[in-house]
Amino acid sequence: MAIGEYLWLVPLLPLVGAAINGFRAAYAKGEKSKTLTNGVALGSTLLSAIIASFAAWRYGLAKVPYEVVYWDWIPAGLGNVAGGLLGNFNVELGLQIDSLSITMMMVVTWIGFLIHVYATGYMGHEKGYTRFFAYLNLFMFMMLLLVLGNNYVVMFVGWEGVGLCSYLLIGFYYDKTFAADAGKKAFITNRIGDFGFLLGIFLLFNWFGTADYTKVFALAAHDPLRFEGVATLLCLCLFVGACGKSAQFPLYVWLPDAMAGPTPVSALIHAATMVTAGVYMVVRSNVLFRLSPEAMLVVACVGAFTAIFAATIGLAQNDIKKVLAYSTVSQLGYMFLAAGVGAYTAAIFHLMTHAFFKACLFLGAGSVIHGCSGEQDMRKMGGLGKYMPRTHVTMGIATVAIAGIPPLAGFFSKDEILASAFFKRFETLGEPWSWFPLVLFGVGMLAAMCTAFYMFRLYFMTFVGEYRGAAEAGHGAHAGHDAHGHDDHSQGHADDHGHYGGAPHESPWSMTGVLWILAVGSILAGLVGFPLALIGKHQPTYFQSWLEPILLPIGGHAFHFHEAELTMEVILIAASVAVAVIGIVIAYFFYKADPSWSKPKQLAAGAPKLYDVLLNKYYVDEIYGATVIRGTIVLSLILKWIDTNIVDGAVNGVRHVTVLIFGHGSNLVDKYVVDGAVNGVASGAKGSSTLLRRMQTGVVQNYALVMGAGVVLLAVVYLAFEVLGKMQG
Amino acid sequence: MTWADLLFLLPEIVLSIGGCLLLLAPVIGGRNNGVAAKWSMLLLLVATAAAIYVAAGAGIPSLALGTLFVADPFAVFFKLLFVVVIAMITLLSAEFLEDGRYSAWEYYSLMAFALCGMMFMASGTHLISIYVGLELLSLASYILAGYYKNETRSTEAAMKYFVLGATSSGILLYGMSLIYGACGSLHLEAISQAVATMAGNQALIIGVMLLGAGLCFKVAAVPFHVWTPDVYTGAPTPVTAFLSTASKVAAFAIFARIFYMGLHSLEPDWNSIIATVAALSMIVGNLAAVTQTNVKRMLAYSSIAHAGYALLGVLAMSEIGLQGVLIYMLVYAFANIGTWAMVMLLRRREYAGENVDDFDGLHKSAPLYAFAMVVFLLSLGGIPPTAGFIGKYYLFAAAISAGYAWLAVIAVLMSAVSMFYYFRLVVAMYLKDGAAADVIPSRQVRFIVIVCLIATLTLGILPERMIRGAARSIAPIVNLASR
Repeated sequence: MAIGEYLWLVPLLPLVGAAINGFRAAYAKGEKSKTLTNGVALGSTLLSAIIASFAAWRYGLAKVPYEVVYWDWIPAGLGNVAGGLLGNFNVELGLQIDSLSITMMMVVTWIGFLIHVYATGYMGHEKGYTRFFAYLNLFMFMMLLLVLGNNYVVMFVGWEGVGLCSYLLIGFYYDKTFAADAGKKAFITNRIGDFGFLLGIFLLFNWFGTADYTKVFALAAHDPLRFEGVATLLCLCLFVGACGKSAQFPLYVWLPDAMAGPTPVSALIHAATMVTAGVYMVVRSNVLFRLSPEAMLVVACVGAFTAIFAATIGLAQNDIKKVLAYSTVSQLGYMFLAAGVGAYTAAIFHLMTHAFFKACLFLGAGSVIHGCSGEQDMRKMGGLGKYMPRTHVTMGIATVAIAGIPPLAGFFSKDEILASAFFKRFETLGEPWSWFPLVLFGVGMLAAMCTAFYMFRLYFMTFVGEYRGAAEAGHGAHAGHDAHGHDDHSQGHADDHGHYGGAPHESPWSMTGVLWILAVGSILAGLVGFPLALIGKHQPTYFQSWLEPILLPIGGHAFHFHEAELTMEVILIAASVAVAVIGIVIAYFFYKADPSWSKPKQLAAGAPKLYDVLLNKYYVDEIYGATVIRGTIVLSLILKWIDTNIVDGAVNGVRHVTVLIFGHGSNLVDKYVVDGAVNGVASGAKGSSTLLRRMQTGVVQNYALVMGAGVVLLAVVYLAFEVLGKMQG
Repeated sequence: MTWADLLFLLPEIVLSIGGCLLLLAPVIGGRNNGVAAKWSMLLLLVATAAAIYVAAGAGIPSLALGTLFVADPFAVFFKLLFVVVIAMITLLSAEFLEDGRYSAWEYYSLMAFALCGMMFMASGTHLISIYVGLELLSLASYILAGYYKNETRSTEAAMKYFVLGATSSGILLYGMSLIYGACGSLHLEAISQAVATMAGNQALIIGVMLLGAGLCFKVAAVPFHVWTPDVYTGAPTPVTAFLSTASKVAAFAIFARIFYMGLHSLEPDWNSIIATVAALSMIVGNLAAVTQTNVKRMLAYSSIAHAGYALLGVLAMSEIGLQGVLIYMLVYAFANIGTWAMVMLLRRREYAGENVDDFDGLHKSAPLYAFAMVVFLLSLGGIPPTAGFIGKYYLFAAAISAGYAWLAVIAVLMSAVSMFYYFRLVVAMYLKDGAAADVIPSRQVRFIVIVCLIATLTLGILPERMIRGAARSIAPIVNLASR
């Protein structure tokens, strides 16, 4: 059986699940059966995951990329494109299987399924349980469409779809204004990104005459010289889209707020899958990016900057989900750094390992929040290792993995990224940009240290020491500041458990079992990227060989993975482990060895300004509020004002002149003509009097004058263009 | 005038007679019966649709009234769309007409005459026949806009619309007379032949400019849009739906036909003007909508922006561009009527439904309708997989392939801005609690919402038939333009 005959089931099954549960949520009367909801939601996802695995296995046997077109979605036909050529504006709805889409598909289906299982436990007490799973399944459908689509337009459909699901899920606790605002922020920021993406798609059509991956990449790879000139603009447009979806600077602001949604959503959408769509897009477009070293350098710089920027914010956060949110932004930065320095496989490798340990961390955080009856402030936790051992161990494993300690997953992927940055040179860009990746390498090392520090800070504050729950209520001035970001899981719980404010408790197996699976993944997933140089084989890692087919040779030159001397490789590994250990040791001395946390408090007191800046996330939200948002609103108000008042203001002068000249005459017209007309139309006395008043304030005449001015404007425009044309000609 | 002429004119004849009968019905029946009027109107529309079908099948050359009138596929496309739109508006109007305060027979007869005017516009190949159709539509529209006789806002809207509409007709006619002076004919084909050798003729260009200004008024494009927010807000909501879809679509039908059939070889002279109008419409319409809190006003500004997008298709002067205009009109009609139906749905409770707040919490009380509204807004914003995406895709692709990349950039950027204010309604419905919780939709409005929902999704996911239909419909015009 050809893969195409059943591949469509992979995205479609979750859609069917979403439809069934969505319909039940909207129309079923009374209490909905949770068993049925679970059966539909989990069953469809599991089945989809199994079929996906089967397809992956079949692909693995032959390693032949496979593309199947199901229907001609937009049969637009031919049109002119750049250079007087005819391009094909058709869009087909097709799916594509190759090593990249399989990797993404496996991550999405299996991690998605695990998180569904977890959510049955976590969301058990919530209102709108069925609706929640309908949204979650719909998300799975859109995400699978995004990663499996065979052209950019289908990717865009999925892209918009996952966005929509994300807003709906962020706002799932819809009775809270914060969640509503967070959803709105995510939406608007993503629109800026989509603007870039959509422009990129149109530019593709314009220059390549198609948006199909295979055709675009074949053209670009076959004739690189022809497209080099346009690649930079095209790639930057696409990258703007990626920045929006994958929360890169300066469009990252929505992601931390998005954590207002339920924790399984944070894990699935805002850590493991949706936010990595931008990385997927850049890696998918690697042929285009490789044509433009400038664009690659931009990607690398934005990635590295985001990595360090978000990591430093993470140092000072006290909300457990906020720490993880900034950590996610930072790790996504790593992935873009990797893509920017040409280590596309490392980007996807880190994407995959990150999906394991970050999902584990988020779900662990959810378990902690669940156990502490909705508390998210780490200053009110502590000593939870005693109460929730399974959560403790699994989260501990994931923390070690993200910190980059071998042989856990995060170490291999992060090391590969840093090594790639270290060895990359942009020769064609000249000094000093040629060796700029070395700077990015340094930034990446620093960010790695911060990561190790804030993750172990989280670990020590949460699981080690004494429980500070009830005793430290009403802590500090900043507690209120963070509080509105909470997912406030307590709402549905307080009455069920009857231990609000009591001792924390371990979560049910449906949650911790998932944590275990993800923890095991966090340990093992890195082995596929084991650097074979260490055992004396000079060849790409297994993961690199797996993804090699998508790195098409450009202009006949095959893609080269960086190769290094064994000694150099070992030195880099030692350095990257060393920075991680330094971070961990500092966290240990700050938060474990000294239970009163005197050192960090001294530091914060010693540099209050710096601490404030970090705590308030560099005031970026405030800056945006004061500039971009204010600017748009002011512009809109100005336009509105012009529209309603231009009449009374600028034009009034003209009217007065007219009245002076025609004086009496116009009054007569008003009296007889207008009165007559009005009386004909309006029988009510009140209507006609108000109407007359409005007529006499000149609104209508002035509107007519505006129209006259409009004609003049058109004439001026015409003449201006004429003159310009003459000057050019 | 021959029998064949009558056959080609059958839909218009059916409508004219039907409109008169509707007007006479209360004299015969003696009672203001909203239900009977509604069914009579629907019956008339079915008869019209059948007549369109008969006329379309009557053969080639399909010219009537000498050469003033043509029943080509382009006209048929728009006529069928008009009938569907008017049928939906009939059902939307039923509600406020059935309580007996306003004369239903008169209302529907005006609607029938407006439809007749629109049909003449779609079929006109001569500036005079087009103008007569336009005036028939406009006169009916002025009265319809003031149909809430006892409401100040409504009469004021009618008055403004009338005065400004008359001004714009004057501008339009002046433009036509200049074109006649330059070309010696008002027939589009004759104009097309004449202008081919007249690039740079000042009188002709001023004529085209004035003609364009008059048309821009009808489609509500900046800077001839000032009437739109006031009239849309003041008119009864079904009439607003009529003005923002049927009337606008008809205006685009003549806009496209005049510019593609008559003035295509003059394109280097008018492209700067249309490009400016399109850019201004998109920018002003979308930015001014951002801060509106009244939904009707917000949609009014948004409809100004939509005129700007559709103008890209006129500007492109290509097959894709003209197809884009047709497709955009079709998908815009459904999404827009659906949105207005939602406003009416909430309007049941006195004057509610006009403010963004009135949508608060709708998704809890009426999940299907909230979902439908999201689909309509996504379609207006051009987000896949709704139909609006297909329309925007065509128009933007046309703009780019015609070399107007800068306009496409503005268009994409402004559709991003448009999602900002559309999304406010989504936030209100899904993320807030509120008053909308107790809405009880009327059956007819519900029906329209569902129809528009199905159409918007189907045309978005399976647009093939629509695209092929549009491609067939533009054939006669494109053939002429390329000759």
